[in-house]
Amino acid sequence: MLRFIVRRLALMIPVLVGLSILLFVWVRALPGDPARAMLGERATPEAIDQINKIYGFKEPVFGQYFTYVGRLLHGDFGASTRDGRSVVSTFFEQFPATIELAVAALLFAVALGIPLGFWAGRRIGGWVDNLVVSGSLLGVVTPVFFLAILLKLVFADWLGWLPTSRRQDARIEATHVTNFYVLDGVITREWDASWDAIVHLILPAVALGTIPLAIIVRITRASVAEVMSEDYVRTAVSKGLPPQIVSRRHILRNAMLPVITTIGLWTGLLLSGAVLTESVFEWNGIGRYLFLAIGQRDYPVLQGYILFIALIYSLVNLAVDVSYGVIDPRVRVS
Amino acid sequence: MTYRSLRYPRLTAVAAVAALVVVAGCADSKRDTGSGSGGTGASGGTFVFAGSADPVTLDPFFASDGESFRPARQIFEGLVGTKPGTADPAPLLATSWQTAQDGLSTTFELQSGVKFQDGTDFNADAACWNFDRWYNTPPGIGQTEDQSYYWISLFKGFAKGDLTDSVYKSCTVDGDNKITVALTQPFAGFVAALSLPSFSMQSPTAIKKWGATGQDDPSQSEYATAHPTGTGPFVFQSWDKGNQITLTRNENYWGEKALVDEVRIVPIAEPKARADALLNGEIDGFDLVGPADISRLQDAGFQIANRPAFNILYLGINQAVKPLDDIRVRQAIAYAIDKEAVINASMPEGTKPALEFVPDSVNGYTPDVKTYDYDPAKAKDLLAQAGAQNLTIQFNYPTDVTRPYMPSPGDTFNAIRSELEAVGINVKPQADRWDPDYLDRIQGGKDHGIHLLGWTGDYNDTDNFLGVFFGRKSNEWGFENQKLFDALTKARGIPVVSDQTPVYQKINQQVMDFLPGIPIASPVPSLAFDPKVKGYVPSPVQDEPWNLVSVQ
Repeated sequence: MLRFIVRRLALMIPVLVGLSILLFVWVRALPGDPARAMLGERATPEAIDQINKIYGFKEPVFGQYFTYVGRLLHGDFGASTRDGRSVVSTFFEQFPATIELAVAALLFAVALGIPLGFWAGRRIGGWVDNLVVSGSLLGVVTPVFFLAILLKLVFADWLGWLPTSRRQDARIEATHVTNFYVLDGVITREWDASWDAIVHLILPAVALGTIPLAIIVRITRASVAEVMSEDYVRTAVSKGLPPQIVSRRHILRNAMLPVITTIGLWTGLLLSGAVLTESVFEWNGIGRYLFLAIGQRDYPVLQGYILFIALIYSLVNLAVDVSYGVIDPRVRVS
Repeated sequence: MTYRSLRYPRLTAVAAVAALVVVAGCADSKRDTGSGSGGTGASGGTFVFAGSADPVTLDPFFASDGESFRPARQIFEGLVGTKPGTADPAPLLATSWQTAQDGLSTTFELQSGVKFQDGTDFNADAACWNFDRWYNTPPGIGQTEDQSYYWISLFKGFAKGDLTDSVYKSCTVDGDNKITVALTQPFAGFVAALSLPSFSMQSPTAIKKWGATGQDDPSQSEYATAHPTGTGPFVFQSWDKGNQITLTRNENYWGEKALVDEVRIVPIAEPKARADALLNGEIDGFDLVGPADISRLQDAGFQIANRPAFNILYLGINQAVKPLDDIRVRQAIAYAIDKEAVINASMPEGTKPALEFVPDSVNGYTPDVKTYDYDPAKAKDLLAQAGAQNLTIQFNYPTDVTRPYMPSPGDTFNAIRSELEAVGINVKPQADRWDPDYLDRIQGGKDHGIHLLGWTGDYNDTDNFLGVFFGRKSNEWGFENQKLFDALTKARGIPVVSDQTPVYQKINQQVMDFLPGIPIASPVPSLAFDPKVKGYVPSPVQDEPWNLVSVQ
């Protein structure tokens, strides 16, 4: 197992190096002049030349790349050309917000998805199943930003039950230790702050969690239906095991493997930053910042953030692969 | 098969849904109590205000964007302020000033007994220290227009570096509360320019302790992100980046002390999201109201406050494209446009049509310019005379943007387009994303026809409008008019503002005869507030200290 992990980690190095080259070329191939984006409508030709000179935007791309890599090796990812902040420090400031939202969305998707899928899968063709299947189809095809705007319109604008945007009410006294706001409130015992953060999480988490929810429902349903037709389930039932035990030990556990794969995949995707959801809800995470960076041709942020995201995605994938062994001993043997 | 008997506790899903509903319900009651916090009376409470983005830096010398200036206006003060509600200079940390006849030096009498928020005395030494600090900005990133924009565009150069032809020469201490600033050439806008937040007085002690050293980016120093120290009505408390800035009342403020205990400034990017947050009680006010949200907010009982317009929206014309270099074609376009109709279709109520390229509050404005009142028949005639009956022109407009001078570019485009088509001009629409494609196309190249663009003034200076637009040959306008370029250069060098006035009036007339583009309007930028907010005085140049604002 250890060997497997080490080998996978080693394989990530060429992937990240290759990606860094591609990214470097790609962001520079985007139309638009970063110097002009920095200066806005007041740009004079002299000011643009000066910015190009100081930031080296017009140097040959290879030279720029080697300078960049040289700095990367010292842990220096540069600073945003849009707001001057260090790429590494903003990433670590914002990443907790993205994780918090991803976890909430996944909790929503898993807590609803597995029971619903299980329920539907046990009686394929029943009314519950029909309802779940059509509902999940709707969930899969609804674009995230549309759902986000719709949820906000109904629950925040019309009903006023929930806040419209942001992570916490501006009037709340909150100390931020870890930047996981829910957790911060618990650590500092500022319960209102924690509670307020949870309330702010609901709409974005539902918006972001709906597609994974729909997918988890469908996969659980298919997997449960398949496992139920297995011989060992029939055997278990016929030897008179109580239904709960058959459900838990024989059906659920065996049906979970494809579901875990899906959850793992979605964990990686959600941690990569929910650009649309974060933008609609003004969520101060990496997705929203990345969105702002694209508009301004903010090369250091685009390069740094996408590299970090790729690294995180690879690590999550590795973790998922490792977890198979824990859940299903058969994988370990093979 | 009889698997129907294999029951799974089905309560989980139901419970999850129920929990969601309960959470939502509680949220409601919680938020109701949250918005009406604090005691009674006019003072006390927290003022929560939303802007459109996070500041870039809290050291205003290295900033030029409105969002960085917003907290700076509360923390800092300059030698010169503005008369409330106008763009005209007024005493602030300087009680009076006297400019020498030759325009090469100005003596300032300073307010006595003022202290910075860290206890450092504000006096002649501190004031001169600030001038010297600006002038001695080290070469590198701090000397780019991305950072020290206002110093570079007004004072032109630094002690060291690529830009050395500085307009600023020296600052001399003439006594405890008296300084003389000497310039290398006359600069009529000097005193008015000092009302910009970039030239705020900052605490020398705090900058020496926390400021940037060496090659570090000065806009991101410890000082600029965590210890900004001025003389203003609010003291910096904390900046949770991307989330909020907290300021508290300066208990030792030399002027009228703030009514609210605390101010929190939050960034909300979308205009509609800001309106939603105000309607939902999450904030007390916000800037840059979208025109589409105004009636929605008013109907719900919220206050809309208009800033006196200090901007100009124009239809630019690229004379590098034929036949737009023909004055008759440009005049035809001008006569074809019904400015009132364009305003009604795309700008807030109260917006006035523009006669020339400066708003009426700017020095040198004159109503006595050639006007082009809506006259489609005349437009057709002129096109016929120019032999341009089948004219097809590219019409450029930006998407994904609102600017104070351009609240709704798409609607403005549509209104003008239909009017141009009505006189027989074929319009080829070309939309580009504002960031960065649109500006690249208009200012970076020649491939554009007529376009929407504008400008918001920084302070009361005519060159800040006309000089920016027509000071030299540019890709945007594509014309060469040496007479106009020379006239603007000469006007800029006149040492006294009152002597500039007639010269700029003449230039405005000259510009409107030449008609490089068509000034459309000066849209009124709006702010919105909760009904309980009182005492907010809108300023055309956003010089809005919040010490008189109350939320109770």
